[in-house]
Amino acid sequence: MIAELGHFSLVLALGLAVLQVIVPMVGAARDDGRMMMLARPAAYGQFLFCLLAFLALTYCYIISDFSVAVVARNSHSLKPLLYKISGVWGNHEGSILLWVTFLALYGALVAFFGRNLPRSLQARVLAVQAIIGVGFYLFMLLTSNPFERLANVPFEGNGMNPLLQDPGLAFHPPFLYLGYVGLSVAFSFAIAALIEGRVDPAWARWVRPWTLLAWLFLTIGITLGSWWAYYELGWGGWWGWDPVENASFMPWLAATALLHSAIVVEKRNSLKSWTVLLAIVAFSFSLLGTFIVRSGIITSVHAFATDPKRGMFILLFLGLVIGGSFLLFALRSDRLQAGGLFAPVSRESGLVINNLFLSVAAAVVLYGTLHPLLSDALFGVKSSVGAPFFNLVFGFLMIPVVMMMGLGVHFKWKRADIRGISQRLAAITGLSLLAVLMTLYVAYGGSLMPAIWVGIALWLLLSMFQELGHRIKLFRVPFGDSLRRLMRQPRSSWGMSLGHIGFAIALIGIVVTSSWNLEVQKVVKIGESLTIGDHTVTLKDVIPVAGPNYSAVRGIVTVTAKDGKSYIAYPESRTYVSSPMTTTEGDVATTLTGDLFIVIGEAQGLDQWGMRVYYKPMQVWLWIGAAIMVLGGFISLSDRRYRIGTPGKATGIIKDARHAH
Amino acid sequence: MRVLILAAFLFALTLDANAIGVDKDRLADPQQEARAFKIMKQLRCLVCQNESIAVSDASLAEDLRAIVRKQVRAGKPDAEIIAFMTSRYGDWVLLKPPLRPGTVILWFGPLILLVIGGFMVFRFVRQRPETAIARPLDADEKKRLKKILGEKNEQEGNMP
Amino acid sequence: MLIRRFLPLLIFIGLFVAFMVGLTLNPREIPSARIGKPVPDFSLPPLEGDGVGLSTADMTDGDNIIIVNFFASWCGPCRLEHPSLMKLAKLDGVKLYGISYKDKPENSLSFLKTLGNPYVRVGMDLKGRNAIDWGVTGTPETFVVKNGIIRYQHIGPIYDVQVGELFLPLVKKLRQEGPS
Repeated sequence: MIAELGHFSLVLALGLAVLQVIVPMVGAARDDGRMMMLARPAAYGQFLFCLLAFLALTYCYIISDFSVAVVARNSHSLKPLLYKISGVWGNHEGSILLWVTFLALYGALVAFFGRNLPRSLQARVLAVQAIIGVGFYLFMLLTSNPFERLANVPFEGNGMNPLLQDPGLAFHPPFLYLGYVGLSVAFSFAIAALIEGRVDPAWARWVRPWTLLAWLFLTIGITLGSWWAYYELGWGGWWGWDPVENASFMPWLAATALLHSAIVVEKRNSLKSWTVLLAIVAFSFSLLGTFIVRSGIITSVHAFATDPKRGMFILLFLGLVIGGSFLLFALRSDRLQAGGLFAPVSRESGLVINNLFLSVAAAVVLYGTLHPLLSDALFGVKSSVGAPFFNLVFGFLMIPVVMMMGLGVHFKWKRADIRGISQRLAAITGLSLLAVLMTLYVAYGGSLMPAIWVGIALWLLLSMFQELGHRIKLFRVPFGDSLRRLMRQPRSSWGMSLGHIGFAIALIGIVVTSSWNLEVQKVVKIGESLTIGDHTVTLKDVIPVAGPNYSAVRGIVTVTAKDGKSYIAYPESRTYVSSPMTTTEGDVATTLTGDLFIVIGEAQGLDQWGMRVYYKPMQVWLWIGAAIMVLGGFISLSDRRYRIGTPGKATGIIKDARHAH
Repeated sequence: MRVLILAAFLFALTLDANAIGVDKDRLADPQQEARAFKIMKQLRCLVCQNESIAVSDASLAEDLRAIVRKQVRAGKPDAEIIAFMTSRYGDWVLLKPPLRPGTVILWFGPLILLVIGGFMVFRFVRQRPETAIARPLDADEKKRLKKILGEKNEQEGNMP
Repeated sequence: MLIRRFLPLLIFIGLFVAFMVGLTLNPREIPSARIGKPVPDFSLPPLEGDGVGLSTADMTDGDNIIIVNFFASWCGPCRLEHPSLMKLAKLDGVKLYGISYKDKPENSLSFLKTLGNPYVRVGMDLKGRNAIDWGVTGTPETFVVKNGIIRYQHIGPIYDVQVGELFLPLVKKLRQEGPS
């Protein structure tokens, strides 16, 4: 009954979405206010019914209603409640439902917060938003109905992949989807702007907070996923350039570029068609990520053949939405006249150049991810593109990106003074070079690249502080004045500083942990020890433990550092009831200088156990850096000038005129 | 069709049902082990999703690791060990694909994009002063401009 | 300028067409690194204590087409393809050999006893080292060999359809080539 209610709600949501496409679009074309007015209630209604459908499916999961096919396939009555709920989106059908629920949510939010948008713009934005919705509702109802019933109701469900039973992964998809789908708003604004033939600073000011919001959720989602991989997979790795990871990274790169290019539109009424294009591309990456990874066609062309109906639908939908958008762009983007001017060396130029590098980086990830598929499909050659390729090519591309980040923030708008900036940066540049030399000395015999990266990352961090110091006139005015200036910084400036500082800190963590990690693997008897770096690790005992839906062995391990400090670690290895799979719950002791990561493996004969111990120097800096980036994003989002829905008063013409004289 | 899916599922199961092992044949010489590890990172675990054999628990990956270590111990050069793998599994086993007609775009695409993009950025940045023409302000705009300049001057230069 | 505006669309159409072409090319053989190359040098112990093992010498047999199937009792899909293997073994001019992959001999034996033995002979690859020389990534995998040269590699289980539509024509074609 509840499942049928969910199904029915989904059909109603589809109906409302169709209405939300046609009526406001026609209304905007005819300048018919009443027709345009329909967009908002339709958006609210669509969200309501979609949410109802989502809650209905969640209910089926919670009560373990195995007459519903997806529940039977993916859930188990013994699962803890948290994982019953997270199981809703742990599969194809449910994840698409979550996706479209978020889409409807964003539609409702645009309807609510965008009340003071120009009437026709809002109507068109909501209509475009609903077009995407219609595609998703149809996809679900025609090919992936989450409410399908089973004729023969099984007694117990199939269970969920135990690797997914982790809090990090339970919340990773919703955040990622909030990010993916959040980019739909920027996309809808871009399409609406192309239809209207008008992009101006006010447009950029409306688009930026939505992009920032999406970027924030993407950052949180990606970090959670990476954190999960680090803790759960037991290899101490946190990024593997897997197609699934790449699929989330591409929209992030595009959103980052969009965030920055929209500034140029807002400030200088320039770079408009590029920004519109980026908004389209960013959301296209989202769609690609959602579909291609979900359908499994990235991993193998043959996975596609297992369900051709779904595959064809996906391909056609992608073709229509992305192809249609690019066609519209080709036909209409000439109307977006360029506006204000700026010198070749200026903040604007810096942003443009960084946009170039970020876009090429995104293109590298895109092509690298698609290459195996294209190679297989076109030439019949199986090919792999993995971490060694991406680390090399992406690593090189990141050097100019980071340098430009550290340099660009010192550039003034319109025209920058290179000499002044180079004088200002001389000290920290010297300091960073010194750090490179010291790294080479300390890690004698190591390769050159890590040392260079240490220098670059440190330079970026120092450069950001230098910029902040310059802005508050540190040491040039009395300290109290500087402090007062610091407090008076607008929130968007805080956001910028924190975002970049967070990035620099994460970068330092990334460089250090990937260059100098240690690893010891050994089969040990109870009572035996191994040493890793400055630590001695001793296996004291191994005891069996029973969990709600798994059984485990737990190692009792003492760790003694060189300075005599010691602690007891409890690494676990779990075997799940519903699936013949073992997962590791490594013991991670985190400090600012590094993580000690202990994993216990299988029994190797009587009283002998495989142990893997990793030392990951400065690993936590990566998580801290990401957290600071997110914090910066939220602070920036709360800025009065960017508050969602607050329309900008300044028009493009006035801004242009101001810069012309 | 259902049989196919079931088969694929079973196939995957036989490949993935493996426990967390510890290699017992690790090389005593840390420099040799490091070299072996470096080679392992280049080789795809053929039964996993985009993982190298260095970090995979699959049993085939374990076997391949043993082969790499054995050959490193025997003093074989990197290229020979890699060739051993590609002669059996093709280029597919390499996570960093070698330069071939089919991978030209992969390797040179970024460079080409940078050159084209760089040229476009260069023109965009250079051309601007000549092409943009400012329209004089009318009285109303001048008034608003004054107001904006007054309140925004402080924030200029501080945009995120 | 016009081209610049159409560029994103053109790139997208290119990718889209590539996808479409790729997906309609299905199904097709994926050339493996081993095809056209001689079989590896190997000599495997027999499954039964008194039997004869399997070695490179068995891979050349005049006009006959040699089919080598890697299997294991612990592998589900191998069980699934077994009835089809029984049919494959009965094709004209085909000698089907089995290589038991990383399996306990007693398990392989009882596997063949219960389901029937389609193989002329079975060699044992206890550690899976031989399989690596063949370029095998997992069971089941099947090779078609003529005159010691690998002509086709089949990854994954074989079904009845494939026996009729893939292996039968292939065997016919290879036999027509003559002993060369």
